[in-house]
Amino acid sequence: MMSDDNTIGAMALTELPDRKGFLKPHRIILMAIAAVLVFCAAWFMRWDWLPEYGWRLAQGVGVTLLMLFSTCILGFLFAVPLGLVQVTGPWPLKMLARGFCTIIRGTPLLLQLWLLYYGLGSLFPQFPAIRQSFLWPYLREAWPYGVAALTMSFAAYEGEVMRGAFAGVPAGELEAGRAYGMSRWTVFRRIWLPRAIHRALPTLNGETVLQLKATPLVATITVIDVYAVVSKIRQMTYLTYEPLLLLALIYLCLTAILVVAFRALENKIPTRGA
Amino acid sequence: MTVRAEAIAVENLHKRFGPLEVLKGVSLTAHEGDVIAIIGGSGSGKSTFLRCINMLELPSAGTVTIHGETIAMKKDGHGGMMPADRKQVQRIRSRLGMVFQNFNLWQHMTILQNVIEAPVHVLGVPKAEAVERAEALLRRVGLYEKRDAFPAFLSGGQQQRAAIARALAVQPHVMLFDEPTSALDPELVGEVLTVIGDLAKEKRTMILVTHEMKFARNVANHIVFLANGVIEEQGPPEEIFGAPKSERLKKFISSIH
Repeated sequence: MMSDDNTIGAMALTELPDRKGFLKPHRIILMAIAAVLVFCAAWFMRWDWLPEYGWRLAQGVGVTLLMLFSTCILGFLFAVPLGLVQVTGPWPLKMLARGFCTIIRGTPLLLQLWLLYYGLGSLFPQFPAIRQSFLWPYLREAWPYGVAALTMSFAAYEGEVMRGAFAGVPAGELEAGRAYGMSRWTVFRRIWLPRAIHRALPTLNGETVLQLKATPLVATITVIDVYAVVSKIRQMTYLTYEPLLLLALIYLCLTAILVVAFRALENKIPTRGA
Repeated sequence: MTVRAEAIAVENLHKRFGPLEVLKGVSLTAHEGDVIAIIGGSGSGKSTFLRCINMLELPSAGTVTIHGETIAMKKDGHGGMMPADRKQVQRIRSRLGMVFQNFNLWQHMTILQNVIEAPVHVLGVPKAEAVERAEALLRRVGLYEKRDAFPAFLSGGQQQRAAIARALAVQPHVMLFDEPTSALDPELVGEVLTVIGDLAKEKRTMILVTHEMKFARNVANHIVFLANGVIEEQGPPEEIFGAPKSERLKKFISSIH
């Protein structure tokens, strides 16, 4: 039903060739160059450390993905109300949401992370009530601060995206919902929210990729993600390029998977080309 | 004419937008089976009047009664009115089939999903039953083959026919048409008017705001001419188009021919 010429596929990066058009001269040349590069990397560089650190790298990728998905999901759950109140909320909530988005988006993520971890994190132990609470086993770890900072960041950026997406849903479609007797909640749940998310998907795709590449910051507060593992490998093996090249490859693969997954999601509802 | 139940009774409706008074006391009664066409120049308040019937536009004064049930209103504190009971308005709206000038189909749903949305999520009809009825309606408006297409891939005429199927799906007491062909290319107007004409033949109660005078004359049994926020003249189509009394109506009719 949907064909490529009347569907906005996505940007060039996500345009995967079909099987028939795959072997074109320029592709053959590019593949040859890639093969030479891979061969050189394998032949002239040292990779003997890989088996020894393989398991730790896998664990690192796991932590990175966990950080990415937990903060994206949590952050998005906050972003929806943040965007909504900016479009339709009473003015105190609107100002609060706008203030939150401005402050978080206006300061470096690294700064927020350190303020949370070194600031709050060192403040908490001074209160016996907190030390004795059931939360303490978590609060003395590093990862909750990483999750909190990344979640807040994602919520603030996506709050802005959702504000635009909510505002951009044609008023007529919401009016049609009301005209058929829908309650405000039903209009929101059945029309406004799904329509806004669909509009925001291409942007959310890019923002999720950015979020993936923001996760290495948690390595600075002792969370052992894949970046921290690679740093460790560099210290242990005195190698500079090989671990970093591997790290680049890992992030590239993760990004590609994210992009393809989002594209599949976008194409569930085809958009008419403008 | 035998006595038929009143489907819609509007009493002395006023609507102000700030200092501008768009409706200055309009009263209109539609009985079961009536097809009423509202005509008038742009800015005459005809769309506003239609939208006041289902409270998409809140009247400043006056009452709206649908199937004997008057919509309870209260003061909104700014000199206007608002519904006293939101649930009542939702219940009444759920049995009014509104067709918009710009179709307003939900773009993230297929045509079939658009048609079953209100029956399933407002009226609580079981999904299988709603789908069955929706498919029959889509067949009727000639869009059965397009049931899994998204609205953006349909022509304007097809979208408006889908919107009519969506309105019919709630088994409406009254159909409200707000300039259903004004946003269409000329060659697509006919297919939509044919569908509406068929509905009129079934003696469905309909109120129709339109610019299609020939069509209004053919399908409506009562024509209302609005000018400057009041009903300037009303009556059966033969009288309105054949022997207009007021100067304004004479001028309006001659201007469109």
